[in-house]
Amino acid sequence: MPVTRTVQAPLPRDAKISFPQFASYGIAMEHLVQRGLDMAFVMPPRMTRRTLEVGARYSPDSVCAPFKLNLGCFLECIELGADTLIQTGGTCRLGYYGELHEQILRDLGKDIRFVNFAACDFSNPKTFVDEFRQLKPDLNLKRFTAAAIQAVRMVNAIDEVDALIRRRIGFVGDPSLLDHIHGRWLEQLRHADGLKQIEQLRRSTIRTIEALPIDMPRHPIRVGIVGEFFTVMDPFSNHEIERELGRMGVLVERWMDISNCLYHYRGRKMLPRIKGYAHYDMGATAMGTIDAALRYAKAGFDGIIHVKSAGCTPEIDAIPALQNISADYRIPILYLSYDTQTSEAGLQTRLEAFYDMISMRKEAQQ
Amino acid sequence: MEKAYLGVDIGSISTKGVVLDADNNILASDYLWTEGDPIGATKRLAKSLEQQLDAGRHQIVASGTTGSARKLVGAMLGAVVVKNEITAHAVGTTTLYPDVRTIFEIGGQDSKIILIENGVVVDYAMNTLCAAGTGSFLSSQARRLGVKVEEFGEIALKSKNPAAIAARCTVFAESDLVHKAQIGYSKTDIIAGLCRAVVLNYLNNVGKGKKIAGPIVFQGGVSKNAGVRAAFEKETGLPVIVDPNGHLMGAFGVAILARRSGRESPFNADVADMEFVTRASNCGQCANNCERILVYREGVLIDAWGNRCERGAIRVK
Repeated sequence: MPVTRTVQAPLPRDAKISFPQFASYGIAMEHLVQRGLDMAFVMPPRMTRRTLEVGARYSPDSVCAPFKLNLGCFLECIELGADTLIQTGGTCRLGYYGELHEQILRDLGKDIRFVNFAACDFSNPKTFVDEFRQLKPDLNLKRFTAAAIQAVRMVNAIDEVDALIRRRIGFVGDPSLLDHIHGRWLEQLRHADGLKQIEQLRRSTIRTIEALPIDMPRHPIRVGIVGEFFTVMDPFSNHEIERELGRMGVLVERWMDISNCLYHYRGRKMLPRIKGYAHYDMGATAMGTIDAALRYAKAGFDGIIHVKSAGCTPEIDAIPALQNISADYRIPILYLSYDTQTSEAGLQTRLEAFYDMISMRKEAQQ
Repeated sequence: MEKAYLGVDIGSISTKGVVLDADNNILASDYLWTEGDPIGATKRLAKSLEQQLDAGRHQIVASGTTGSARKLVGAMLGAVVVKNEITAHAVGTTTLYPDVRTIFEIGGQDSKIILIENGVVVDYAMNTLCAAGTGSFLSSQARRLGVKVEEFGEIALKSKNPAAIAARCTVFAESDLVHKAQIGYSKTDIIAGLCRAVVLNYLNNVGKGKKIAGPIVFQGGVSKNAGVRAAFEKETGLPVIVDPNGHLMGAFGVAILARRSGRESPFNADVADMEFVTRASNCGQCANNCERILVYREGVLIDAWGNRCERGAIRVK
């Protein structure tokens, strides 16, 4: 079956929409679809090795891991009854992924509708509204806008709570306590109704986390995590690297999240800041990677970890700039490339060695 | 009774063990093949070390493990320290060579570079997906040429005109090698070319973008190959030190770490006669189906790992 073209046909009322799992952001997407479009959303199941297996089985071998995971998610959502799949665009090869995903699913004989937002412009929300209007000609604009604002607020709140957890998880007595709070927070957020409730939940969760006693040394080991959009944000993709570092007693910072990309990813601001290391925007999140790494280096972090999926060209382009930052500021950088490997041993060895290195270095400096 | 410390490095190809006294003198050591059976290799190692040790004089009070089977063997030996090989090698080498700036390490399956300033590791890198330019590559090419890999080094040194062999990838290197042999290069020149290819591969991949300063210490199984050492000296333009105990450096380092940890857990030489069994078990409580490994000593579960969440955790009583 050929891939469907440009103009999106209106969706039937009973469409069951789904969107690939990505960190905890599925909640916001669900909210947008249910409240904004008044349609059913199929929440993709938590990603597992099976997701990766089925995704990799039907993907080109050399394509990046996020492509394989997205495809695996689509297949799992179809099993759960989804008949309408959404793929977004992106500023790298991701822009072409929607079509390829659709073609693969059609070749597998899956009878689904595929909605591709690749033509939308992230800096111009109107392009998304236009797209949704094609899907739902009787779109209630007021209702949709309200739901969209709430969804964005949810994303912001998710990011804020995650950032706080990253800074604390290494120093609470029992990290599973934080896991528990985090799980409950997402569950409650999922059912939040309106901005007021989102805000109340956000505040009470932050209060609960801040109330947990922490035992932090005066100068904890600080590590900044930078890298490719999907792999750096998605804990399943990066084998829960932040949790792993937390377990070692490291304070973790990560600038890259959806909120920061939405509000603060501005080339004209970043390029002047990083001009000693890059003269051009190398696409996707490469500039954000260099910019954040430089900031961590200047702030005296103990180390930086660069996370990407294997073969991610924009992030490969960022590596020489990172190497220069590493040399100029004498800050060690660990480069990690993820594909479909499931063995944790190699990652564990590299992380442990990195931790030993930066902690011994810190001891020697003090 | 004097205190002694055991360090065991269980690599993919070889298993190394040393016993140190409190002043880092080697009391006993051995180097044997892992043969895909880390438990069996560790038992043989324990037996050998026990025989070398004067039981009336020294008692092993703490052990440490490193290498790719460190966790399994750590559980088996009741190790107080289970450390990654990068840290173990760095600690071992800086103890013997406090001025070292660069460590080249080429083992059976992996290779690494460790950069050191003032005795502290400042940077390191490991080979990633590919085993080109490691010991197992040299062994398989030796078989192809009908030469013992142990003799490679001496043969390589005799060559005046090493054959150019592509270093990028094992597969390319191999077809280059066959080609050079068929057009009439001597074995000596081909072997020298292989040694050089290993070095170029290492410097281009593992050492990429790293500032290599002397003194350089070269270790791991491949450091025993004088041809590779000579090629390293030629390519870097710096003298390359190979310690006679370079192959034991990981074990040496982790024994020191065991001593420094201050924790003690006397080593029981009976492990050589105990039955250790591992069992793989898939969790099955969700679609992730984590592969868990359970370790039993004499039928009793002593350790388990591999689960990604609490649900699949197996508690050891």
